[in-house]
Amino acid sequence: MANVRDYRTRIRSVRSTQQITRAMKMVSAAKLRRAQDRILAARPYARKMLEVLSSLATRVHPEMHPLLSRRPEEKLLVLVITADKGLCGSFNTNILNRARSYLDDLMGRRGDGAAAPGGVSPGAAAPARKVQVDVIGRKARDWFRRHDYPVRNVLVDVFKDVTLAHARDLAGDLIDLFSRREVDAIYLVYNEFKSVIQQRVVIEPLLPIPQTSFAPATPAGSTPSAPEGSEDYLYEPDREALFEALLPKHVMIQAHRVLLESAAAEHGARMTAMDNATRNAGEMIDSLTLQMNKIRQASITKEILEVVSGAEALR
Amino acid sequence: MSPLPQSIRLEIVTPEQRLVNEVVDEVVLPGSEGSLGVLPGHTPLLSTLGIGWLMYRRGDLRRYLAIAWGFVEVLPDRVSVLAEIAERAETIDRERARKARERALERLRGRVPGTDFERALIALQKAVIRIQVAEGAGPHEPA
Repeated sequence: MANVRDYRTRIRSVRSTQQITRAMKMVSAAKLRRAQDRILAARPYARKMLEVLSSLATRVHPEMHPLLSRRPEEKLLVLVITADKGLCGSFNTNILNRARSYLDDLMGRRGDGAAAPGGVSPGAAAPARKVQVDVIGRKARDWFRRHDYPVRNVLVDVFKDVTLAHARDLAGDLIDLFSRREVDAIYLVYNEFKSVIQQRVVIEPLLPIPQTSFAPATPAGSTPSAPEGSEDYLYEPDREALFEALLPKHVMIQAHRVLLESAAAEHGARMTAMDNATRNAGEMIDSLTLQMNKIRQASITKEILEVVSGAEALR
Repeated sequence: MSPLPQSIRLEIVTPEQRLVNEVVDEVVLPGSEGSLGVLPGHTPLLSTLGIGWLMYRRGDLRRYLAIAWGFVEVLPDRVSVLAEIAERAETIDRERARKARERALERLRGRVPGTDFERALIALQKAVIRIQVAEGAGPHEPA
């Protein structure tokens, strides 16, 4: 039977763990606030950009620019974004589970692991798709090292400080790949920041630039314009110059937004996880203390009994 | 043919924030090829933006913003401005703008060695526009 000293050691160790989780929660809360400000500020622009470009993609002929070209999706690139660090609840697990079932769907592999249904699958179960994976985040890198998927590129250490330069490099690489026709479509798998306590795993297309039907609905109150969507624009200065400026920028802005989403979601997830951990540690300390006191009491009672019966025997 | 819309939904966003989301009657924009006036029912247009002032009107109420670069999508009932920089007339710091103009002029006159002429010119344009917009008088007489 454990004695009082064992309990004391145990409680001390739980308490120091609690101190660490509490500190981590504080740090996450501070980081979260900054990340949240950034994503909330970046969103309207990115969303508007997507809206305008989707409307553009619907109107103009896909062969007008390499980034608009739609080809049969035979060669795909899936970009999986996780955090660099752990200790953030199911943040990374959720992404990786979803990514795995999505990839298995795409590659026509089925059966290993309990793949959740509901993956967004582009098209029917077509065989012989060539799928590659790009990985962002240390946790995804480690996971993909242990599993058999064709990883093309790995990027870690972007989340310490997400900058437009990161987004530009990433977008440049993806644009290059897509324009050289090495892949026919690029999809993103990432955690969207819904609220401090909620993240949502999102799978969405990045390239070719999606047409309006995929885009978020127009805000309530505005009437849908030009429903037939066949009318071309007037362009100023000219179409080539405009597309050349706009389309690559769009990819960069979206890449930037996605990185910011993931960063904010990560801090939110970590804060919640650490808050839970702190609370659990508190509960554990309470119950250990209670048990310890019971044992202490029992041993005191026992000692008194011994003394009393000893005195009794001397009479 | 659907009937012409009666108003325009104007949205102005920059990478930092959303500035305007309103229903308006008229918009005048600094297109890169010159000033653009937009009324409801405008034909779809996509244009890059230069440096200049943007005016929008609802009834008799006119508002001005200083805008630099980016692009605009015009649809019959919607105008979406995605500007690199945009500032409302009310929030412009005139003193700072004036100082920026002086600095740019100084550099353009060639008194500071190692001047990047292009950059100084852009800085000057931006400062001038901001002063014009802030003082509310300039926009009627585009420079």
